[in-house]
Amino acid sequence: MNWSKYSAPQAFYPLAGRLIPWFAVVAVALMGVGLYMGFFVAPTDFQQGESYRIIFVHVPAAWMSMFLYVVMAIWAGVGMGLNARLSFMMAQAIAPTGAMFTFLALLTGAMWGKPTWGAWWVWDARLTSELILLFQYAGVMLLRTSIDDMRRADRSSAVFSLVGVVNVPIIYFSVQWWNTLHQGASVSMSTGSKMAATMLMAMLIMTVAFWLYSIAVVLARVRCIVVERDSLPVWDEKPAVSQEVAEVR
Amino acid sequence: MNRSSMWEAVSGIIKRDLLLAMRRRSDAAMSVFFLVIVASLFPLGVGPEPAVLRTIGPGVLWVAALLACLLSLSRVFTADYVDGALEQMVLVPQPLAVLVAGKVFAHWLISGLPVVLLSPLLGLQFGLDGDPLGVLALSLLLGTPTLSMIGAIGAALVLGVRGSGLLVALLVLPLYVPVLIFGAGAVTGSMAGVGGEANLSLLGASLVLSLFLAPWATAAAIRIALE
Repeated sequence: MNWSKYSAPQAFYPLAGRLIPWFAVVAVALMGVGLYMGFFVAPTDFQQGESYRIIFVHVPAAWMSMFLYVVMAIWAGVGMGLNARLSFMMAQAIAPTGAMFTFLALLTGAMWGKPTWGAWWVWDARLTSELILLFQYAGVMLLRTSIDDMRRADRSSAVFSLVGVVNVPIIYFSVQWWNTLHQGASVSMSTGSKMAATMLMAMLIMTVAFWLYSIAVVLARVRCIVVERDSLPVWDEKPAVSQEVAEVR
Repeated sequence: MNRSSMWEAVSGIIKRDLLLAMRRRSDAAMSVFFLVIVASLFPLGVGPEPAVLRTIGPGVLWVAALLACLLSLSRVFTADYVDGALEQMVLVPQPLAVLVAGKVFAHWLISGLPVVLLSPLLGLQFGLDGDPLGVLALSLLLGTPTLSMIGAIGAALVLGVRGSGLLVALLVLPLYVPVLIFGAGAVTGSMAGVGGEANLSLLGASLVLSLFLAPWATAAAIRIALE
């Protein structure tokens, strides 16, 4: 099977349309399972009480915010290397979702920080680097919207995302050495997890759910971008889009 | 193309940019005045207690230096972009990234070096003395070229874009965070008696990394802008 034909937006548009429901359904189902496990099955933390349960949203959101930035930079790099329009569209579609997860991580972090640390916001290493990550997402999106020429907008924001991906780890370590109050990583590759198995399970399920959600949303947004840029909604395999257009007309 | 022709091109660019700056001296003086004014506003806003000023001094001076660099960024490429000289530089046989490094170095000589030389004086205003004053100047000497290098990427990305003045600030300021932390950290460390060597080494590492990577990113951004 010739996969490369899907690098053409025309061919990718219907494929994305067929894939979206699958990712969306599985994402919602896993989110239900993960939240149920997190809120009802996982044991109460002996130190933090019930308030710790926000981590089932907080930690997966924080992971996704960083992961999506890297994925966005990879698509931007692929776009620069292969000069593929669809790659730039993918990068463009990922940015708002990544920014949303960054904001969600900051928001849930603040909600958890108030009862635990006694403050909505502290200048701790992870909070600060997450905040700067949000600024970088904003920079990528603002740079794109400020440039009218689509080709230049694509390539300029690609360069900026690639510069940012070099900078994110540097920012992370610099703020970590600067000041740290956040508890150490709860899950690490070398020592394994320090928490109860059900907690870890719920968190991993939520991560997969957020990941699938991101794919579904990004694919939906790519379809919008394809229609918007090429301004002709005629590639759908079903007459759904053309019908809507006909109704509008 | 041999090495000497590359060096000639770079030194030619540096000489040309310095000459242009000398013909419009007020431009270069502006960012220095800006630094002095911003640094003088803080005591007026915070209050004249020497202990408070000494605590916030390193951070305030570093933030002021960072903003002064930011304001001068539009001068790196804009004039050459408008009159077409930048297009000629892209067509020159020498690699664009090397020419860009020359332009950024000239920019640093014009707007960064005066900040470094003036910083001990401003440090005195904030009650710093002895070792921390020297560390402040040294940290700025290592840090401001990095700021110019990173800033050039942003300046090239926003060439000819509407609202470029604000946009470049939004793009570049988050990237400046590590330099700010290391720079102000070096001065605070030397004031606290633990020494600023670790942070100064990190500033040096940032400088080397940005010297290596930033010219390529800037050159790519210029090519995109000129397409």
